[in-house]
Amino acid sequence: MSDEDEIILKDLNDADLVDQMKDDLYDGLADEVFEGVEILLERGWDANLVLSDALVEGMRIVGVDFRDGILFVPEVLQCAGAMKKGMGLLRPILAQSSTKSSTGKFVIGTVKGDIHDIGKNLVGMMLEGAGFEVIDLGINNPVENYLEAIDKHRPNVLGMSALLTTTMPYMGVVIEELDKRGILKELPVMVGGAPLNQEFADAINATSYGRDAAMSAELAKTLVGKNM
Amino acid sequence: MTRTVISSASKDIIIGFDQPFVMIGERINPTGRKMLAREMKEGNYSRVEKDALAQIAAGAQMLDVNAGIPLADEPKILADVVQLVQSITDVPLAIDSSIVEALEAGLSVYKGKALVNSTTAEEEVMERVLPLVKKYGAAVVAISNDETGISEDPDERYEIAKLIVERAADHGIKREDVIVDPLVMPIGAVTSAGRDVFHLLRRLRGELKVNTTCGASNIGFGLPNRHAINNAFLPMVAAAGMTSAILNPLHPGLVPAVKAADVLNGVDPNCSNWIKAFREPAGNGEQSGRGGRRRGRRRG
Repeated sequence: MSDEDEIILKDLNDADLVDQMKDDLYDGLADEVFEGVEILLERGWDANLVLSDALVEGMRIVGVDFRDGILFVPEVLQCAGAMKKGMGLLRPILAQSSTKSSTGKFVIGTVKGDIHDIGKNLVGMMLEGAGFEVIDLGINNPVENYLEAIDKHRPNVLGMSALLTTTMPYMGVVIEELDKRGILKELPVMVGGAPLNQEFADAINATSYGRDAAMSAELAKTLVGKNM
Repeated sequence: MTRTVISSASKDIIIGFDQPFVMIGERINPTGRKMLAREMKEGNYSRVEKDALAQIAAGAQMLDVNAGIPLADEPKILADVVQLVQSITDVPLAIDSSIVEALEAGLSVYKGKALVNSTTAEEEVMERVLPLVKKYGAAVVAISNDETGISEDPDERYEIAKLIVERAADHGIKREDVIVDPLVMPIGAVTSAGRDVFHLLRRLRGELKVNTTCGASNIGFGLPNRHAINNAFLPMVAAAGMTSAILNPLHPGLVPAVKAADVLNGVDPNCSNWIKAFREPAGNGEQSGRGGRRRGRRRG
């Protein structure tokens, strides 16, 4: 691998650099991705463009290979870590820019009574990779937490996770409450978790069912009309 | 020396520090098995029957039964399955549900002393499950998490396990009837998941003196060739003090790995189980006959 170490990111032209960043993202090289973001910003790139052309596009490739069983969970976690490091530079700039090219806002959380979060975290990472701004409510969320987050963040999609047959009906409780308040008409709700299936998602009136993390990110993009 | 006895109407299985590792077959569980879920919901239990017999033939000493199907009558299905499995086999069962009504439905028809799978340290769960365990004279799996989630610190998980053991005692359930699940996280997401469990197992055995179990198939989640990870993991947890696990005995190499761990941990005296299982070269299929003859001659 020594000859690969020779690559000097600064010496690459923009197109080659972006390609290299996608490779580095794929390989989970956080420092290199961070440096790439830094260089593009120095060259006057818009932060939104860095996000969409380098990071999100790179993570899209990761998502496809994860879905197809070419990449595995620990690798995807490393990719997500690299993306996160790059985002650390972009986030403050994006927060101030008026034109936002984020795919959308996604509020996600495990429902009340349920403390499982590895699957939910994976979905969150894939969503960030797809360019979503993810607001993670963590575990054990009563309906009030979801309502509060919806009110505060005005998300494009709400996602709920449950790993137990005892806790998954609570997703239905939340959806019913959203319906009662007239929120469900405008806010698509995705559900997921090991014991779930499409039939259950339909029965509780969820907008869609995410079978796995990669699939969920793709579905979320469809829901906000940005399917690629 | 802690020993937990789980029984059917005619058979006792002992889980204990001085006993062979107890393999609890995990297959009768509709989670992630679409076809099985659909059939169980329709009251068609032919696959359940097949899974039960295949797992026992493969070496499972106990079976876990779970009927967690969305939008189904879980208490009724679980009770059906318990009765069905008990009618065709004599191995003791672990009755597995997160719905207390389903646990009770299963326990009410069970013949023998069941293993209830499971309670956590969540106040509401403990206060509903433990009285049930006491009422039916069962044993219980205690999962070491509480309302705040699964601690990443194994020593915190130890304290949570201890809390359940103490609460069980308050309900009149003996220490040996509480089997602690130290919680196995996917190694692909948590690099220290293995080490944490080994550490926790040593404490659970040495200090809390309880038997232990886990869902062994979690460890390799998200990894290629995950079964090889499993097959290495089981002897390692056995060496660290684990005394049983809920696993898939049908996966190639798993049962031999566990039996080898028994030999190496000194819980298979004179290697007799090992020899009985593997005396003949694979494919000959006459193991039991030969073994019986030799034993007969020696005793005679």
